[in-house]
Amino acid sequence: MDGVHDLGGLDGFGPVEHTPSEPLFDEDWERRAFRLMIGWIATQHPSGGRFRHSIERMAPEHYLSSPYYEHWLTGAATMAVEAGFATQDELDRRAGGRFPLSAPDRGVLPADLTPRTTPRYAVGDEVRVREWHPPGHTRAPRYVQGRRGTVVRVDGAFDIDDIAAHGGGSVADPLYAVRFTSRELWDEAGADGEVVCVNLFERYLEDPR
Amino acid sequence: MTTDHHHPTEMAPIEARVAAIESVLVEKGVLDTDVLDQIVANFEDNLGPMNGAKVVARAWSDPEYRERLLADGTAAIKELGFEGPEGEYMVVVENTPKVHNLVVCTLCSCYPWPILGLPPKWYKAPAYRSRAVREPRKLLAEMGTDIEADVEIRVWDSSAEARYLVLPMRPDGTDDMSEEQLAGIVTRDAMIGVQRL
Repeated sequence: MDGVHDLGGLDGFGPVEHTPSEPLFDEDWERRAFRLMIGWIATQHPSGGRFRHSIERMAPEHYLSSPYYEHWLTGAATMAVEAGFATQDELDRRAGGRFPLSAPDRGVLPADLTPRTTPRYAVGDEVRVREWHPPGHTRAPRYVQGRRGTVVRVDGAFDIDDIAAHGGGSVADPLYAVRFTSRELWDEAGADGEVVCVNLFERYLEDPR
Repeated sequence: MTTDHHHPTEMAPIEARVAAIESVLVEKGVLDTDVLDQIVANFEDNLGPMNGAKVVARAWSDPEYRERLLADGTAAIKELGFEGPEGEYMVVVENTPKVHNLVVCTLCSCYPWPILGLPPKWYKAPAYRSRAVREPRKLLAEMGTDIEADVEIRVWDSSAEARYLVLPMRPDGTDDMSEEQLAGIVTRDAMIGVQRL
C-alpha cells in the first residue's frame, strides 16, 4: 500500500535527532510493548509481512505522531482482535478510553502463486521495477517503482512477503539487490556520486523498456 | 476502527493500552510474561554493537576472515557466535577510499539484531528513513560526517531479507593495536555508516 510508512525520499521531516547511544527502552511501557509483540510472534507465528502490515495499516496521522513502540503495540492489538482474542469494545473498556487499532487489511493475493527459485536475472542485468501500487503489503518501496536499475547481487530465493502477509503461505521468489543512480530516482534533485541499492523480489521486476 | 457514539472519543494513555492488551493475552494463555522477560533480558544484556565490533576487529586483523566475511557474511559472523532473528541473511559491505556505505530501512526498521542489537530511535524515525536515500551526502554532513565529493556514497535499503553491516576502513595509527583494542574503537554509527572512524 502507498502508506506513510513508505518514507523513502519524502521531504519535510527535518534534521535527524541523533544520539550516540541510548537505553534500549526509555520507559517501561516500551519494554512491555516490545515484550508483547515478541510474545505474539513467538506463539502465533505471523509472517514478517503480516507483522509489518499490521503497523502499515495504522491511520497515517497516528503512525507519524506516535513513538516507535506504539506502532508495535497497535499492530499486536490489531492482530489479536483480528484473530478473535479480543474485541475493540473490550480493549476500549480495559484501557479506560479509546484504543486505536489499524485499518482493515485490503490486500489481495496475485492469481499466480507459483513458487520460483531459478533467478531470471544475473549481476549486471538492467531491470525496471514494475509500477503497480498494490493495496496490501509489499517490500517494493514507492520511490523505486517504475525506475530502472542494475542487478548487483543475486540473493537466492526467499518467501515473498507480499503473499505471506495476506494468507497465501510460503511462496518462494528470487531476490536481488538492484542499484539505482540518484539521478534515476530523483532527477534534478538527485546528485552525482550517490547510488541506492534496494533488495527486491523478482516479482517486482520486469525487463527494461 | 470503530468510531460510532458508543465508543470513547478520548484516547486512552499508552500505559493503559499496553496493560489492556497485555492482560487479555495473558488471560487467554497467549503470553507468558516470565518466559518473555528472559528473552527481553537477552536483548538488553547480550545483543548490541559490541558484537559487531568484534566482527570488524577480526576482519581488520585477519585478512582471510575478511575475505570470508565479504563472501558470506552470515557464515563468517556465525563463526564468532552471532546469529539469530534479523541476522539470518547478513551482507557485509566494505568501505574503501572510493566508496562509503550507508544502511537504512525506508519501509520500517530492519536492522541486524545479533550484531548491533535493537536499532536506535533516530534510525527508526522518519527524518533518517526519508532522507538517507534522497540526499545521503548532505545528511551525513549534517550528522558530522563529511564525505569527499569524489567518494561514491552507496546506500543500502534493507527493504527485504538482507541485513547489512558496514565494514569501516581501519583508521591510521592502529597498527600496534590488538584485536580486542581494535574492537574498542569500533562504534555502532560506523557500522551503520553514519560515521567514519
